[in-house]
Amino acid sequence: MKRRIFLAATAMALSLAVTGPQPAVAETPPNMLVIANRIDDITTLDPAESFEFAGSDVSRNVYGKLVNFDPMNLDGGYIPDLAESWTVSEDGRTITFKMRPDVKFHSGNPVTAMDAEYSLRRAVILNKTPSFILTQFGFTADNVGETIVAPDDMTLSITTDKRYATSFVLNCLTATIGGIVDSKLVMENEQDGDMGNTWLKTNTAGSGAYKVASWKPNESVTLVSNPDFYLGAPAMERVIVRHVQESASQRLLLERGDVDLARNLNPEDVKGITGKEGIEVDSELRGRLMYVSVNQKHPELSKPEVKTAIKYLIDYKGMQDSFLNGQYTIHQNFLPRTFLGAIDDAPYSLNVEKAKELLAAAGVSDLKITAGVREAQERLEIAQSLQNTLAQAGITLELTVGTGKQILSKYRARELDMYIGAWGPDYPDPHTNAGTFAYNPDNSDEAGATGLLAWRNAWDTGGLTEKVAAAVVENDRDARKAMYEEIQREFLETSPFAVMFQKIEQTGRNAKVQNLNLGGATTAVSYWPVTK
Amino acid sequence: MALAEQNRGGRRGSPFLKHWVIPAGKTLVSIAATMLGLLFVTFVIGRVMPIDPVLSIVGESASKATYDAAREALGLDKPLVVQFFIYIGDVVRGDFGMSLLTAHPVSEDIKRVFPATLELATLGTLFGVVLGVPLGVIAAVKRGSWIDQVARVVALVGYSMPIFWLGLMGLLIFYGILGWVGGPGRLDIFYEDIVPARTGMILIDSALDGNWSVFRNAFSHIVLPATLLGYYSLAYISRMTRSFMLEQLSAEYITTARVKGLPERTVIWRHALGNIRVQLITVIALSYANLLEGSVLTEIIFSWPGIGQYITNALLSADMNAVLGGTVVVGLIFILLNIFSDLLYKFFDPRAK
Repeated sequence: MKRRIFLAATAMALSLAVTGPQPAVAETPPNMLVIANRIDDITTLDPAESFEFAGSDVSRNVYGKLVNFDPMNLDGGYIPDLAESWTVSEDGRTITFKMRPDVKFHSGNPVTAMDAEYSLRRAVILNKTPSFILTQFGFTADNVGETIVAPDDMTLSITTDKRYATSFVLNCLTATIGGIVDSKLVMENEQDGDMGNTWLKTNTAGSGAYKVASWKPNESVTLVSNPDFYLGAPAMERVIVRHVQESASQRLLLERGDVDLARNLNPEDVKGITGKEGIEVDSELRGRLMYVSVNQKHPELSKPEVKTAIKYLIDYKGMQDSFLNGQYTIHQNFLPRTFLGAIDDAPYSLNVEKAKELLAAAGVSDLKITAGVREAQERLEIAQSLQNTLAQAGITLELTVGTGKQILSKYRARELDMYIGAWGPDYPDPHTNAGTFAYNPDNSDEAGATGLLAWRNAWDTGGLTEKVAAAVVENDRDARKAMYEEIQREFLETSPFAVMFQKIEQTGRNAKVQNLNLGGATTAVSYWPVTK
Repeated sequence: MALAEQNRGGRRGSPFLKHWVIPAGKTLVSIAATMLGLLFVTFVIGRVMPIDPVLSIVGESASKATYDAAREALGLDKPLVVQFFIYIGDVVRGDFGMSLLTAHPVSEDIKRVFPATLELATLGTLFGVVLGVPLGVIAAVKRGSWIDQVARVVALVGYSMPIFWLGLMGLLIFYGILGWVGGPGRLDIFYEDIVPARTGMILIDSALDGNWSVFRNAFSHIVLPATLLGYYSLAYISRMTRSFMLEQLSAEYITTARVKGLPERTVIWRHALGNIRVQLITVIALSYANLLEGSVLTEIIFSWPGIGQYITNALLSADMNAVLGGTVVVGLIFILLNIFSDLLYKFFDPRAK
């Protein structure tokens, strides 16, 4: 009897373990791109609403825009997409686009200026999270009838409330919210006057290189190619993005050849696959910045010497080379590298002696401050490193650790001495960060400008606000670039912000996959140029 | 359990009324009260959590108008009591609301994620029972022998080894190195969406469809996570079986049976094991219910889109509709399993009749 039970158990275990031979190393088909990524942040596919990374990845490949970035030349800035050309009125307020002829939506409907008018108006009227990217130009639900107008099928005019740099307006139109939807199809699916929002959350109506065949939340997104894409049918006929949360699982899938791309590898797994045959590791800069800021309401922290001393009390290199290894790189200004006007100046490094001299010059000793930090591993590690290096100069740093809501509400109420956190650009124009780090027209408590980081730190920018306002209306691209460079050099010296790091994304890639661009700091991934 | 107690009461009226209608009514009332309590507690916890669901939708840069509009759309501007009753009304109609995270109705999401967990948990429990019960019995019969020691070590490893580590090691060896099983996910991408989803459980759907290549592929994907989960229930079930058996083996009726000259096989497998059936049912039901809640870590490692991951993601993103929907389902499972084990008691234990 005993023997029989054991034999049965062993047979059962074996049958469970051995399920038939699997190929030694699998390979995805040559016309299919399979990606392992964390896609649990996708909450909607509607371009008027989508504001997350994985959602932007889908949108960029599904929706055409008036202007767009060329994935093979991101540094070149925006280029014509569904708009073939444009002109700017003399007063600089009206941009008139001429639409590209003979482009069709996935449904077969032609792409016209009416669709562009509908899409932009819709984004303003729906007033979803990313709508500020458009409404900052003075568009409102009440005035879109006059400010966003298509007089005929081939022409679209948009009129801003005042003169802005054309590059600023056009950069904003490259954001996800600038996606042009198939107005006929969307209107057919309208429910209770929602402008198709409910339907577009889970369906797509674009003209881009791909259409969404299925989206299973937290599971997968499947895109199929649009053979009529106006730039030519993409080589990858199917793109499947699978939600794989764990870095080690992503690595195994890549090594086994079951996926072509693993997008969320941690440093250990990157190290593990580096040098393996048939696998390449790409590092790409993203837009997210890690920074420390000090509240200018604090009598000691507002002293210029103290601000500078704190910038010398951060172990940038130590952190970059240890726990942030491969995930962040040192960057000390508010424009992420690859943005128009970004500069690489990084004058600060850990120098306790110099910091002590500066503190002594300011007459500050035995300083005790409290820093707010969100409960996230890398932020806590940065906070602990800071605690250690500040202590070396006699500054006691107490940490208030909490959830995003707890810490942010204190930060927004200007109650923290110090904030340790991150910031990501909202749209691919330098104003997205300049307009929050270095712009604060009214520093009073009553102004309640909680959206501005400069205001949250009670920083009167000392003239930078005006310079930022001037840069945003400068029409000459080179002159505008030079203005941001100047603003950042001053910011580096005078601001209460110590920007420390810029995010790097490391991706494991099947070496056969070519021409893949993940979008850098400015945009999202582009699948259509990819070949195998 | 509840049914057994209820059966003792009620001396008047017809036997049908006494044995079936009244207990059934009592059970229904008890289910409703439990569910209401469950809904109330989760709802309150959900509302006092330091997470702002509005902020998680509109983002940090949203204007006050956008924030207020979103708050109103979620009904969060109404008093808590009103919000609770609105919610109860919706649940009764089977409407758990929309998930903020997936933009799909929560009921639809649950229909998608629960079968994945059900399939995994059922296979896991099957593994745990088929191996755990005999292991426990043998360990008890051969108390102190090498088999007992092995069973102890097996259980100890099952109790103490982090599932995360075991899962990754399993994947590395059986998928990464040996290539015996499928990798993370429920199917290879080439097999996805081939068989129509009737039950949502791919093994059953592919069998119903007669598509055996999909069945084999699905089996190669489920076998590792199911074995892993099964191992943990095996550890629990084998230890409990052993202790129940030890109690029985020292009882007088066993000695009597042996003295009567009954074969040892009959004494152990029929008399002793027969007498612990009721206790074992509780243990197995509890273990099954635990697996049905979804094992978050297993689901993460194996990219298994089950209910554990769904509820956890929802919780972390303040998606309260999804959290409450998931909790109601898990609560229901506990209640249903409880009723089911009560019925089995009645079947196996003459005293319960």
